[in-house]
Amino acid sequence: MKKEDIPQDESALKNVLREVVYAKDDDGKYTSALSQGWNVKKDALDNAWDDVNEKIEEAKQAVLNGEKSPVYYFKEKCLMDMPTITGYTGFWSFTVKRHFKPSVFKKLSEQKLAKYAKAFDITIEELKSPDLS
Amino acid sequence: MINEFKHIQSAHCENGVTTSLFQHHGVDFMNEPLAFGIGSGLFYIHIPFMQVNGGPALSFRTMPGAIFQRTAKALNVKIKRKKFRSEEAADDYLRKIIDEGKPVGCQVGVFHLPYFPKEYRFHFNAHNLIVYGYENGEYLVSDPVMEGVNRLTAEELNKVRFAKGALAPSGHIYYPESIGEVSDELLRKAVVTGIKRNVRDMLKIPGSIAGVSGIKYTAGKVRKWRDKLGVRKAGLYLGQVVRMQEEIGTGGGGFRFIYGAFLEQAADILKNDQLIGISEDITAAGDMWRNTAVQMAGIYKGRITEQKDFDQTADMMLEIYAKEKETFTKLSKIKLK
Repeated sequence: MKKEDIPQDESALKNVLREVVYAKDDDGKYTSALSQGWNVKKDALDNAWDDVNEKIEEAKQAVLNGEKSPVYYFKEKCLMDMPTITGYTGFWSFTVKRHFKPSVFKKLSEQKLAKYAKAFDITIEELKSPDLS
Repeated sequence: MINEFKHIQSAHCENGVTTSLFQHHGVDFMNEPLAFGIGSGLFYIHIPFMQVNGGPALSFRTMPGAIFQRTAKALNVKIKRKKFRSEEAADDYLRKIIDEGKPVGCQVGVFHLPYFPKEYRFHFNAHNLIVYGYENGEYLVSDPVMEGVNRLTAEELNKVRFAKGALAPSGHIYYPESIGEVSDELLRKAVVTGIKRNVRDMLKIPGSIAGVSGIKYTAGKVRKWRDKLGVRKAGLYLGQVVRMQEEIGTGGGGFRFIYGAFLEQAADILKNDQLIGISEDITAAGDMWRNTAVQMAGIYKGRITEQKDFDQTADMMLEIYAKEKETFTKLSKIKLK
């Protein structure tokens, strides 16, 4: 890539940072310069977020329909996969899956709820009655 | 306690940490492409049966930590590294080393990094930054992908050092303990070793998923994604390929161009003009990767979504496979010393 071809599209990095890119100068020698962003990357990132938001929305509906517990919703909201949620809570993955069931979730001790609340960075109250509006 | 430290912005975090720490300890010729090349950073791997953020697990560079480790070893630098169980012990140790006048490399997760734009915060735990001082309960942080330096409270730093999930850092820190004289001969040897190891990684790893053959493997998958996953999900997968290739926070960095820049320097260090030709080839491969990204964007933006568009993407990747295979084969035949 030539230095003048380094894209300068507006992206989520605007006002935060410009990225270093290596490219060739007029003499055909490598140099580095800063890029504001590239639409190709921006669209890939926007797409990934659309997907994340869709999954959060689905999780919200599942809680409202009484199919899943708030643990499931907050796991999606915090972009966590199984290794991440088990890492933060210390529970086994089959335990976490059990806690996705509303009936099991209702009987959880304060101690266990506190672990989830800490992992999701919320209060126990928010965990018990999440704002799903 | 604040150590004197020169912040250097780089395309990729591990190259940046390596460059800054080495420069700090007097190896002033160190720069990002050189660290990347000596550390044999260029790679390709597509791991089947594994997912990252619900998409394909692939990487355009070598495994986290290897670039720093290899560069240190090649230049006879003794490295101290440590992981911790408790946050308190990790914090105490960090302060102790800073008090000794040494900036420290830290592995962190990006999800809770407050200075990162929110859009970039996924659970990615192999990011690297340098802590070079503290005052008033805040740490001074040089994150190589940022234009300037930042501050994190002790709580914020602890949170990212003890991020959980895949590749959890467990407070992992590392820093050069002692650096001897780096002679011209040692540097030449390091460059040659780096190149040879990279040739091995790209051409000689058995199996079909690593090195240049990995590119062919992904091309085969891309061809099937539309049928197997549907247009939308296939688009998301292609988006993940592009993000791995280019994006901060997931590993990116335009690695082919960085390697091209390294070979240009290597030609100078080893007084071997043949390497300039290889640098041109790898630059061409980098351009091909970018063209493929543009093609993939056409798909995930929904502009082109037919099977023939997926086939064309796969064909472009096969051309990259052929190009990189040819380039590294040529490189393997050049006598280096």
